[in-house]
Amino acid sequence: MLKELRPAIVVLVLLTLITGLVYPLGMTGIAGALFPKQAQGSLIEKDGKVIGSALIGQAFESDKYFHGRPSATTGPDPKDATKTVSAPYNASNSMGSNLGPTSKALADRLKEDVDKLKAKNPNAAVPVDLVTASGSGLDPDVSPAAALFQVPRVAKARGLPDQNVRALVEAQTEGRTLGLLGEPRVNVLKLNLALDALRS
Amino acid sequence: MTVIGWVQIILFCAIIVALTPLVGGFMTRVFAGEWTFLTPVLRPIETAIYWTGGVDDKREQHWLTYTVAMLLFHVGGFLILYILMRVQASLPLNPAEQANVAPDLAFNTAVSFITNTNWQNYGGEGTMSYLTQMLGLTHQNFLSAATGIVLAVALIRGFARASAKTVGNFWVDITRCTLYILLPICVVYTIFLVWQGMPQTLGAYVEATTLEGAKQTIAVGPVASQVAIKMLGTNGGGFFNANAAHPFENPTALSNFVQMLSIFVLGAALTNVFGRMVGNQRQGWAILSVMGILFIAGVAFCYWAEANGTATLNALGLTGGNMEGKEVRFGIVASALFAVITTAASCGAVNAMHDSFTALGGMIPLINMQLGEIVIGGVGAGLYGMLLFVVITIFIAGLMVGRTPEYVGKKIEAKEVKMAMLAILAMPLMMLGWTAVAAVNPQALTQLGNSGPHGFSEMLYLYVSSTANNGSAFGGITANTVFFNTTGAIAMFVGRFFMIVPAMAIAGSLVEKKSIAASAGTFPTTGGLFVGLTVGVILVVGGLTFFPVLALGPIVEHLAMLAGTVF
Repeated sequence: MLKELRPAIVVLVLLTLITGLVYPLGMTGIAGALFPKQAQGSLIEKDGKVIGSALIGQAFESDKYFHGRPSATTGPDPKDATKTVSAPYNASNSMGSNLGPTSKALADRLKEDVDKLKAKNPNAAVPVDLVTASGSGLDPDVSPAAALFQVPRVAKARGLPDQNVRALVEAQTEGRTLGLLGEPRVNVLKLNLALDALRS
Repeated sequence: MTVIGWVQIILFCAIIVALTPLVGGFMTRVFAGEWTFLTPVLRPIETAIYWTGGVDDKREQHWLTYTVAMLLFHVGGFLILYILMRVQASLPLNPAEQANVAPDLAFNTAVSFITNTNWQNYGGEGTMSYLTQMLGLTHQNFLSAATGIVLAVALIRGFARASAKTVGNFWVDITRCTLYILLPICVVYTIFLVWQGMPQTLGAYVEATTLEGAKQTIAVGPVASQVAIKMLGTNGGGFFNANAAHPFENPTALSNFVQMLSIFVLGAALTNVFGRMVGNQRQGWAILSVMGILFIAGVAFCYWAEANGTATLNALGLTGGNMEGKEVRFGIVASALFAVITTAASCGAVNAMHDSFTALGGMIPLINMQLGEIVIGGVGAGLYGMLLFVVITIFIAGLMVGRTPEYVGKKIEAKEVKMAMLAILAMPLMMLGWTAVAAVNPQALTQLGNSGPHGFSEMLYLYVSSTANNGSAFGGITANTVFFNTTGAIAMFVGRFFMIVPAMAIAGSLVEKKSIAASAGTFPTTGGLFVGLTVGVILVVGGLTFFPVLALGPIVEHLAMLAGTVF
């Protein structure tokens, strides 16, 4: 058995170095050379400042912007570091709500959000993704229905005709990949950037 | 459920079936030491490793030596990972200034990664330095996966060889598996993932000022290189807390589809390796058929449950299925399919929060793991788990007709059946025993994220996932406590080694037996009767063991939901 000790140490150390250092560092170099933008996190800059990542959702509250989905992420409580408080779209602490199908907390939250949305737009059915929290808390997308649902509110806040805003949503809608995979979606940050560009 | 949803499911299955003989053929050549197109590049590295380690690649080992070598390898891997986590604050490549990991969490995490579980009681982006992620976690992703594969190969040699003494050389197998199979695929795969939008950088977390002027700290890192092996090796430990639901860890519908394929590809190919090595590929296809039947049934049920939504959603007029905890770019079908795949294999990566699944939809991942993850299963682990059930099935078939059972030319006798039963009984003991202990521990009950039967399901899921070395969670439970860290680690340890050691003992026993030619009285193991009987045995053993506990968790929750109860 003792003669297995030498290979145990040597093979382990060598394979550790290959898979734990050479491989990830090598891939970092190759990825940075081939796809520098993606490798850095698909960051979007405006006037030389990073305003976010195309892949990471942001918390939008103003009526002038389209809103993303509810986010269950938390952050440290500024008053007491041992506790956490709700901090939507905290991109350094991804998480979902983890509330189950018979959770009273989830039922109450859903009812409150549906009532709020109905007050803003009583004419359309509330899209399910607009009131359910995403798995990561950082979902960059909403469904096309969820974007269209918000058109009247955004158009009114910006003093634009409904059909212009609606056309923008349709232009920003991405279909299924290869016409098959995933679901149609609208990237909220890109939509809002296009909206800002429309005005100026 | 939609037509396009089912098209995605069928496409997935078709690609896996098409890849199985191709990858299986390649893997068979690698483990036989034959020439492959990678040999000119990799052979010098391989021989250098043998030379430094004093390994004679011509000399094979007895099953006990093989097992001891494997255990020594685990001990070393555990020490490297544990020490790295305990001192990471003083080491380089730590731009986010992560502190040292606490002893009980480091213990749980180290056991979790060496056993291919990758249960995460930590949030990746808030706990681990880049160095720990790479040198600790990425490397263990490779090696625990390679260990699973080579043990399956050793067991196959037990079936394939006749009147022999040895089952292979552990050091040669583990080196070849890492260099020829895992690394080359991961290199190509990483580049694909970065192209799709996955970060691969050593730079610090990004400070952004959002459109509305708020501050957002965006965690990045060497993500793609780790995710590639995390999926391919059915490890499943996420770089980020939200795992494959995080847009950086699964940016597009295409990356999601390829990630699902990569969970299954090696496990499915191993059934073909089995067929080739025992000299009849149809033996491999028969095993894959057993897996396929259980898989399709699970997918159909889970997809149906999630597409139906919950009573709460339906009462509010919200249609389109249960989107709580799911991402828009995947939708219902890709989330349900992913959940079934990740628990059928022992991957445990999640692209949606299983805790927020419907009661019945969340029951499918539980059942998949309770059956021992034999539907494709963890790389290697799935095949040897399934072969244990095959041994039991053959034994029962033999009892029915009163003949000594035999499988692929080997007599199955008392020793093999005892070892198979030891493994099959050890797992429910951990899954059910620890759940029962937790259920009467008042301190444990304060850690639950949901009340009522769903809270019970959270604890059950924890021990089922740990024992089955899966690593996915009903994440509402706060399991980073001394109690859960310790008991979970014991469950992971027993779940791994009480499978591995009996499987190796069977390999050692079989390899010494003579090979007997099939006769008119031999039960054919390539046909529909064998497939049906094996599925039946799996469901009877699993059903008898786990129906009561499922009735207390998901089933009663579903009935409560129908009655309009919330907790």
